[in-house]
Amino acid sequence: MGPLDALPRLQVGDAFTSVVEWIEGNLPWLLDTIKTVLKWAVNQLDTGLTYIPVLVTILALAAIGWYLRSWAFGVYTLGGFVLIANMDMWDESMSSLALVIVASVCAMGIAVPLGVAGARSHNVSRIIRPLMDMMQTMPAFVYLIPTLFFFSIGVVSGVVATVVFAIPPGVRLTELGLRQVDGEMLEAGQAFGASPWQVLSRIQIPLALPTIMAGVNQVIMLSLSMVVIAGMVGAGGLGGVVYEGVTRLNLSKGFEGGLAVVILAIYLDRLTGALADRAPVARALRVRSAAE
Amino acid sequence: MTDDPLSPEINLIEARGLFKVFGQSPMASVERLRQGTSRDELRESGSTAAVIDASFAVRRGEIFVVMGLSGSGKSTLIRLVNGLLDPTAGSLLVDGEDIAGLSPKQLRRVCQDKVSMVFQHFALFPHRTVLENAAYGLEVKRADKHERSARAREALAMVGLDGWEDYLPGELSGGMRQRVGLARALASGTEILLMDEAFSALDPLIRREMQDQLMDLQQRLGRTILFITHDLNEAMRLGDRIAMMRDGRIVQIGTAEQILNDPANDYVAQFVQDVDRARVLTAASIMEQPVALLGSGAGPRAAHKLMRENQLAHLFVVDRHRRLVGTVHEADVAEAVKRAHDDLTDIIDRSPATVQGSMTLAEILSDSAESSVPLAVINESGRLLGVIAKVTLLNALSDNGTVDAPDSGVDGLSGPHAESVAVPGTPTGPLVSAESMNSSGGDS
Ligand SMILES: Nc1ncnc2c1ncn2[C@@H]1O[C@H](COP(=O)(O)OP(=O)(O)OP(=O)(O)O)[C@@H](O)[C@H]1O
Ligand SMILES: [Mg+2]
Repeated sequence: MGPLDALPRLQVGDAFTSVVEWIEGNLPWLLDTIKTVLKWAVNQLDTGLTYIPVLVTILALAAIGWYLRSWAFGVYTLGGFVLIANMDMWDESMSSLALVIVASVCAMGIAVPLGVAGARSHNVSRIIRPLMDMMQTMPAFVYLIPTLFFFSIGVVSGVVATVVFAIPPGVRLTELGLRQVDGEMLEAGQAFGASPWQVLSRIQIPLALPTIMAGVNQVIMLSLSMVVIAGMVGAGGLGGVVYEGVTRLNLSKGFEGGLAVVILAIYLDRLTGALADRAPVARALRVRSAAE
Repeated sequence: MTDDPLSPEINLIEARGLFKVFGQSPMASVERLRQGTSRDELRESGSTAAVIDASFAVRRGEIFVVMGLSGSGKSTLIRLVNGLLDPTAGSLLVDGEDIAGLSPKQLRRVCQDKVSMVFQHFALFPHRTVLENAAYGLEVKRADKHERSARAREALAMVGLDGWEDYLPGELSGGMRQRVGLARALASGTEILLMDEAFSALDPLIRREMQDQLMDLQQRLGRTILFITHDLNEAMRLGDRIAMMRDGRIVQIGTAEQILNDPANDYVAQFVQDVDRARVLTAASIMEQPVALLGSGAGPRAAHKLMRENQLAHLFVVDRHRRLVGTVHEADVAEAVKRAHDDLTDIIDRSPATVQGSMTLAEILSDSAESSVPLAVINESGRLLGVIAKVTLLNALSDNGTVDAPDSGVDGLSGPHAESVAVPGTPTGPLVSAESMNSSGGDS
């Protein structure tokens, strides 16, 4: 009998269960609100995206790509999305896109304030960090259990699990970006009598924007990687297609679904990259390196 | 050490017994400092006393320079004035209002309306254009767009940057960037300008240019400037008054000349040792009262007598209002006496070398070398204020202060007096022996 056996079994899992049960029992209004809002947002976006004629959407996406990045990227977009439509994955792709957009917006909506709080206070940062480590390393599937518990099968569970999974890089990169801003910049703001909010909004965030945008990019990529798992809990979309391919051992369907995810991923990745490059600071940096 | 107490209308910034200690329980550290614990002892216990018992007053409209080595607490001191740092103890009045007791909101008002700052490394916002940078102070104040832009453009024009409004700071050279920094401070319209080593990051030529520009602007605008530097030449060029700081304490406050001629202690003396005195000292600060003056109505005999009595080879001739008429020389006077002339008008040299009191020694050096008689220092209306002999000039330029050595009782601040001129035994050398002033005593 080892000394460790003397330690009574700690009921870690049960403790977590009781937290989940407490939330379900005491905060039903909160859960209901989340459910209604998320469902509404995803549905609106999904319906909107599929309502527009396919060709119009494709041309619009290509135009955005061309405008923000390059004509080559516009051509890629055109080809990629035509292929998606051709594979009969259009509706699924649009509903996945809707889910990714809603999840990313929610994740950034939570991540930026947390990142700001972390950047402002070392104590907050000390609390946030291990939490983020845990959220990022916890196997993504585990998130499904409580979310299913709260929101049952459906798109909302998919979104919530995705949000939780995608938050950490958003928080980390926001905090990092804000901390990297030269202290003299903040001093300059204060020296001219700027309020903390003015310093944050007009100096810190604009200067941290490239890093924050890198966070946005990561959040979107993680959200996309969650699409399949979300498909398992009935969020539909491309995840549903892939999941079906797996369960029915339908190789071609599964591959096509996966390919559509990849096309979406590359599009969103390059687009956010281009957006980051357009930030005023990024422009200023280019100016400087050109001058030197 | 402290300035004499002046009324608040004159003192725009006034610090009394100001302390700033970084570290744990700063108040206790202040107590210890007051009881005589040294800064080094305090450092052993983990606290840094950055500013210790500083008292000074900056007068409205002057450039007040704080000068000291790295780590002496200059930046900390200036950051107390605009509330970037809280004083640990003491009071700090800005325009009569104690900064220490203000709420963050009131403090922001002070920064918006009364105090602005120029930074060593410019601290321009890289993502904003030159115009947006210059307009920042007004933007914070929520001035309306038109006024903002108009005043920012005006400030940019003042520093010679018109036409650069739409560039980004990254596209500008260092000197130009700091002009934007200056324009940003000027545009906000505050009476007080804090400049923390504002020109230190610039190379020497640009730095000089910026100093000139600042003095120029100051002439026109008459702001109150608290300027920090570790370059004594800069301090002496710009400063109406200079505070010497050492290890957190202010060890001397005075004009450039006072500090140069009468350093309060060895530290200051060492500091001023390698200052370029030629560019700091002015003619007025080293000139001496002429031993004797000749009225323009006097005759050759009076002149001759005066010369003999005072052992002078020449005399300055002035009119009733002490305006300089010219000089007369020993040989001419002797000749006139011999021929029994009773008028000096023919022998007065009416174009003696004259200089203004505000000129630096560097500027009068060549005049002095070319002139066979001492330089006459005159004011705008031609009044003779004093004279500068070659020996005086050379003494002033050598930094060991022999200017007033012969008569130790002389107060270095107001410049040496007449006696030191004709005192025998002033150092002699090839240059000095060419000196016309005390010739007849020596070489016959
Ligand atoms: N925030 C801070 N926390 C702890 N110590 C500080 C802080 N700021 C300054 N100090 C210390 O206070 C002392 C004075 O610093 P300060 O920056 O005022 O000097 P300085 O005269 O401006 O020097 P420099 O010429 O290098 O700019 C230094 O020993 C510095 O290490
Ligand atoms: Mg400093």
